[in-house]
Amino acid sequence: MAAIVMDNLHKVYAGGVRAVSDIMLDIADGEFVVLVGPSGCGKSTLLRMVAGLETITEGRLTIGDRVVNALEPAERDIAMVFQNYALYPHMSVFNNLAYGLRNRGVLKPEIERRVREAAAMLEIGAFLDRKPRQLSGGQRQRVAMGRALVREPAVFLFDEPLSNLDAKLRVQMRVEIKQLQRRLGTTSLYVTHDQLEAMTMADRLVVLNGGRIEQVGTPMDVYSRPATTFVAGFIGSPAMNMLPASLLRANGNADALSGLPGNADLVGLRPEDIGLDAVAPGGVRLQARLDLLEPAGAETHLHVRLIDGKTRMTVRLSHVPGLTEGADLVLHAPAAALHPFEAESGHRLL
Amino acid sequence: MQTKRTTFSGYWLPYALLAPQVIITLIFFIWPAGQALYQSVLRQDIFGLRVTFVGLDNFRRLMEDPLYLNSMQMTLVFAVGTTVLSMALALLFAVMVNNMIRSRDSYSTLLVWPYAVAPAIAGVLWWFIFNPSIGILPYMLDMVGYDWNHRRSGTDAMILVIIAAAWKQISYNFIFFLAGLQSVPQSLIEAAAIDGASRAKRFWTIVFPLLSPITFFLLVVNIVYAMFDTFGIIHATTEGGPAQATNILVYKVYRDGFVGLNLGSSAAQSVILMTIVIALTVIQFRYIERRVNY
Ligand SMILES: Nc1ncnc2c1ncn2[C@@H]1O[C@H](COP(=O)(O)OP(=O)(O)OP(=O)(O)O)[C@@H](O)[C@H]1O
Ligand SMILES: [Mg+2]
Repeated sequence: MAAIVMDNLHKVYAGGVRAVSDIMLDIADGEFVVLVGPSGCGKSTLLRMVAGLETITEGRLTIGDRVVNALEPAERDIAMVFQNYALYPHMSVFNNLAYGLRNRGVLKPEIERRVREAAAMLEIGAFLDRKPRQLSGGQRQRVAMGRALVREPAVFLFDEPLSNLDAKLRVQMRVEIKQLQRRLGTTSLYVTHDQLEAMTMADRLVVLNGGRIEQVGTPMDVYSRPATTFVAGFIGSPAMNMLPASLLRANGNADALSGLPGNADLVGLRPEDIGLDAVAPGGVRLQARLDLLEPAGAETHLHVRLIDGKTRMTVRLSHVPGLTEGADLVLHAPAAALHPFEAESGHRLL
Repeated sequence: MQTKRTTFSGYWLPYALLAPQVIITLIFFIWPAGQALYQSVLRQDIFGLRVTFVGLDNFRRLMEDPLYLNSMQMTLVFAVGTTVLSMALALLFAVMVNNMIRSRDSYSTLLVWPYAVAPAIAGVLWWFIFNPSIGILPYMLDMVGYDWNHRRSGTDAMILVIIAAAWKQISYNFIFFLAGLQSVPQSLIEAAAIDGASRAKRFWTIVFPLLSPITFFLLVVNIVYAMFDTFGIIHATTEGGPAQATNILVYKVYRDGFVGLNLGSSAAQSVILMTIVIALTVIQFRYIERRVNY
């Protein structure tokens, strides 16, 4: 059990690549924190710095009550689940789990007990004698989890552990990992580029972009009040619509914008906040033409174009409207659903 | 997986394409092997006038010949020495280079050079280096009080030929080991590091077991090399001496057959060698079929 404190962490790779900059982050004991961001934003790098697999160029990293900058991975009391699982191919599942315990001089009966216990928890007890290649992808994933939790470390680190599973299994494992973590109460740092995975699993989300933190907060915080245009576009699917304030004013929506700060020159509108029915007066009203209608089961996505003929928007409805492509329609959204941004800095206002 | 299959419309074309290889095999391998088999059951009188059929007598005599048994023993020492030395050094170099490069362009090409050197030239090279009167190594050994003379001492001679033979094979082994090391996923080593294994332990419990198919393959290749492909090295350095100390089986075939002109015995020795090669090849192939043992 341990808290993690990242104090101004930087990473510059040999060759000058600045992978991670200015990371200030406190992770409480027992918290499940998810690092999310687009490919190449430095998620893995930051995780590997915590693991001790990458050196820390600058800054101070504390796990529990120790500064661990100079400690080897083995001395940091962490366990990691790799994207490709990194199971030892020549060892049985039992030995994969036992390897870390043996290296630490745990006694044989204790190893036996802990491996069986972890195996039972993950329902891999039946495969203990098999080699990793004799397991399915999902089973390998469980073994990788087992190897991490059998050591009873202070911190779990996950680097996109579910990205090699099919969609259904991914949802199932997502739930299991989250439940397991709740039960064990182990501080966890979880990397993913999948914003849905991030939203559903995290106690707190850390959105990274270009090696820097864009926003930290609970998933609902980040969703309902994205701090930057980047976060607004990254969290939520389909992505938030971004409209120039001038365009809205020119289309007779000056009233709706009157409550926003004067320097709000960019306005965000989530697809799910837009509807076809009129809303209370003071809301946004836009005329548009339907380009494409995408029924996706429980919801329907409308791809529309405003009457200027250029600006595209996405609308998400919970029903299939009786419309044909090419039809003219009127979109409505309440004023409270508007997210004001300053275009130049990308920062949220209010 | 789907294999691509080409169909020839003509009848003779596939045979014509195979013919060169078949002809070469027939002339240079099958025919001499047949000759050796045939000769091995015959005996010529000393003037070469009369040839008699003696059955397996040539083989029986060999098995009773202390010189032949000695040669077998020497071959064993030589093959084991060469294999162990060349593989151990190659693995050491491969590990060092692998740590240095991690898949970038490399110095490895330099280490491949020895393999391009003909055995006889390798032999001459080492003959110079170890030459008791003009060589640099005996001179240096003399300074630390060791009197090197591979013309008098059988042990020195054996060490010399083992070093010469192993040196040439190191580069070949090195390439295979390096390729093997490069294909060990970095994440396995990282996982082991997190699991608390020391550097040495990571190597011996993770990396080395994963190299085992390559190690086994090289083991057979090196034994075959040491036993059959080192004629040039022996011939250029010790010529089997002193006092039979480096007269390994292949060299003895030549000495008894071409120098001693005992064709029957020489042929019988060839047949024995041939049997050993076949056995090693069978082992190799049977193992390769099941080589992924993890
Ligand atoms: N060993 C390295 N040497 C130099 N640059 C590196 C190295 N590893 C990563 N980088 C660079 O650092 C940046 C961050 O990489 P990182 O692997 O942390 O991204 P990521 O967020 O995990 O991406 P992904 O979602 O694709 O895994 C990238 O620009 C990458 O090219
Ligand atoms: Mg990554």
